[in-house]
Amino acid sequence: MSSTMDTDREPVQTFTPREFHRQAHDALGNPQIRANFRRAMDGLMTKRREVFSDWELETLRELGANIRLRALAKLPDLLEQLEANCQANGIKVHWAEDGDEACRIIRQICERHEAKAVIKGKSMVTEEMHLNAHLEAAGIEALESDLGEYLVQLNQQTPSHIIMPAIHLNTDEISEIMHDKTGTERTRDVDIMTAAARAQLRERFMAADVGISGVNFAVAETGTLCLVENEGNGRMTTTVPPVHIAVTGIEKVVEHLRDVAPLYALLTRSATGQHVTTYFNMIGSPRKSGERDGPREVHLVLVDSGRSNIYQDDELLDTLRCIRCGACMNHCPVYTRVGGHTYGTTYPGPIGSILMPHMMGLEETKDLPTASSLCGACGEVCPVKIPIPDLLVRLRREAVGEGRGNVPGAGVKRSKKEVAAWKGFQWLATHPGVWRSSTALAGKLQALMPAKMGPWTDYRTLPKPAKVSLHKLVERHQADQARAEEEQS
Amino acid sequence: MSARNNILKRLRERADGPLTAPTSDFSVVTGRGWSQQERIERFERLITSVHGEVIHTPRASWTMALAQVLEAKGIHRLALGREHPVAAEARVALAGSEVMLIDAGRDVESWQEEQFHATDAGLTSTRGGIAETGSLWLWPTPDEPRLLSLVPPIHIAVLDADKIEDTFFDVIEAHRWADEGMPTNALLISGPSKTADIEQTLAYGVHGPRELVVLVRHNEETG
Repeated sequence: MSSTMDTDREPVQTFTPREFHRQAHDALGNPQIRANFRRAMDGLMTKRREVFSDWELETLRELGANIRLRALAKLPDLLEQLEANCQANGIKVHWAEDGDEACRIIRQICERHEAKAVIKGKSMVTEEMHLNAHLEAAGIEALESDLGEYLVQLNQQTPSHIIMPAIHLNTDEISEIMHDKTGTERTRDVDIMTAAARAQLRERFMAADVGISGVNFAVAETGTLCLVENEGNGRMTTTVPPVHIAVTGIEKVVEHLRDVAPLYALLTRSATGQHVTTYFNMIGSPRKSGERDGPREVHLVLVDSGRSNIYQDDELLDTLRCIRCGACMNHCPVYTRVGGHTYGTTYPGPIGSILMPHMMGLEETKDLPTASSLCGACGEVCPVKIPIPDLLVRLRREAVGEGRGNVPGAGVKRSKKEVAAWKGFQWLATHPGVWRSSTALAGKLQALMPAKMGPWTDYRTLPKPAKVSLHKLVERHQADQARAEEEQS
Repeated sequence: MSARNNILKRLRERADGPLTAPTSDFSVVTGRGWSQQERIERFERLITSVHGEVIHTPRASWTMALAQVLEAKGIHRLALGREHPVAAEARVALAGSEVMLIDAGRDVESWQEEQFHATDAGLTSTRGGIAETGSLWLWPTPDEPRLLSLVPPIHIAVLDADKIEDTFFDVIEAHRWADEGMPTNALLISGPSKTADIEQTLAYGVHGPRELVVLVRHNEETG
């Protein structure tokens, strides 16, 4: 692999949810990012609308939500059933309380096989736990094989979208990255770039000691792991190396095999507006005696990472229905303008804003639930009908200490001043005499109002209290009418 | 085993109490009621919309159609099985032709380089098709292993027209997948490998085949 360092390239930027506002400000001022996302999201919204046009979409969404709810209702039993069936098929099952434990389990499997090179299929749950960095630290090279993930990794970035990781980059930028990092000739021809990546990655598939993938649906009744993809890198990852490790959140289990049919239909149509993806890969077991290819060992790592905590609460539970299609971000006016990196979290956009506070705590992510105009688009398009706007409001309440207090970091945004201000307002608004005299006073003193009121007035004009309050106007109007009536009679 | 027990315990001792599981009505994903002709047409329309090629052939002369595809695409090295009738018939028909027949039913370790670098196409049978999405379903076997439909740059799949069913749900139910037991690997394939990861521009053959050719075999009366 040849490599010519280009000093013109900007240094790698790191993002954190703590800096959401600054990052959003920067992104909004970056025309490249805004154009890349606008174009991509518009295309995805149109494609989704077209592909659902001949479907009873509402009925299908009802069914999708119903299947996910049924799976969650039986979750502990289904996880045990999944484990038993996987084990009966020869798949080894591991459980991890959090990302660190999952990383350790995966590293130990790699070390047992003296693995030096790992090839990865697309997996957001391994992004969640920063698996690549963990493996690199142990001297194990982890290479992403999904084209978008590969490009993002070459550019030392993280995905900016859960389905299209490199959506923030345009063709010219990708051409530069491939030129810099792999010596591919500069081109605007996507076929040439794709062919180059194919050739580079094929060698790595053959050389890999372990393949690591995510899971889209884990079927309890048969112990089957389902992977949805277009590229074929997922099939390569789960078939070529001698060991396959599948990693999944505990909520991805479904009860029956037939449950995957409607969920798959919803997933591909919601994610990219496709009727179907190129591959639906259902893995049942490691290579059996007499079979000619496939891994000799298959592992399944079940990761909790805060999911069982979300599970405790009737309202928050809906978060776990998610099938990771990304439609909520494709339709989010905030995501479309600020892009995925701005959120500074593994999952960006509306789903990230209702999921990441549970994984990272509200101390880190307190601004995310407010990264929404509550327009409702995310809830409208969600294939499993997660009431995302309601959950955003719930987390806002939790952040200011007005919720049930069962989200990590609850109350972090609670401010004594704000509480006192609202208490004062409540008292004012429930005491009519005081209310009237103070609004009358506000009208008289309007000239003294400051022109600026914090960030709120950065882009807005502050409304001024009227000289005469509405209440007063109505009073006068009624008095005038009464007088007129008296004069008439 | 402590992580396992802790997680299950937390789930079982749910703070807001046990959940009630709803029952599901699957009628939206079944009962299309298409005729055989409608199924074939829809299958073809959908799979060609994602860059798959469909070639119709009478069952009796399907190997002639295969030979034409091989010639038209300049395929000299064809990987295929031995035992499945599709592979066996292809072998008989192609014996003595210019096409080199590569044995796919070998342990991958013994021919990985050849499969990745020196195979022009893979020929496989299929178990059936799905009209709604334009999909093929395959259960790879020792005779026709998993990588045969993935690694060579062209995948030629043989599908019998009367094995196209309406929906994925119908296939799972009609063939009793859950009850009869799942194979090591079951696949739905709908078109050649593709990506839109570079600025949403479609490109084919990113990791798997660049081309997918489906030979749809018709019995004389349906031909």
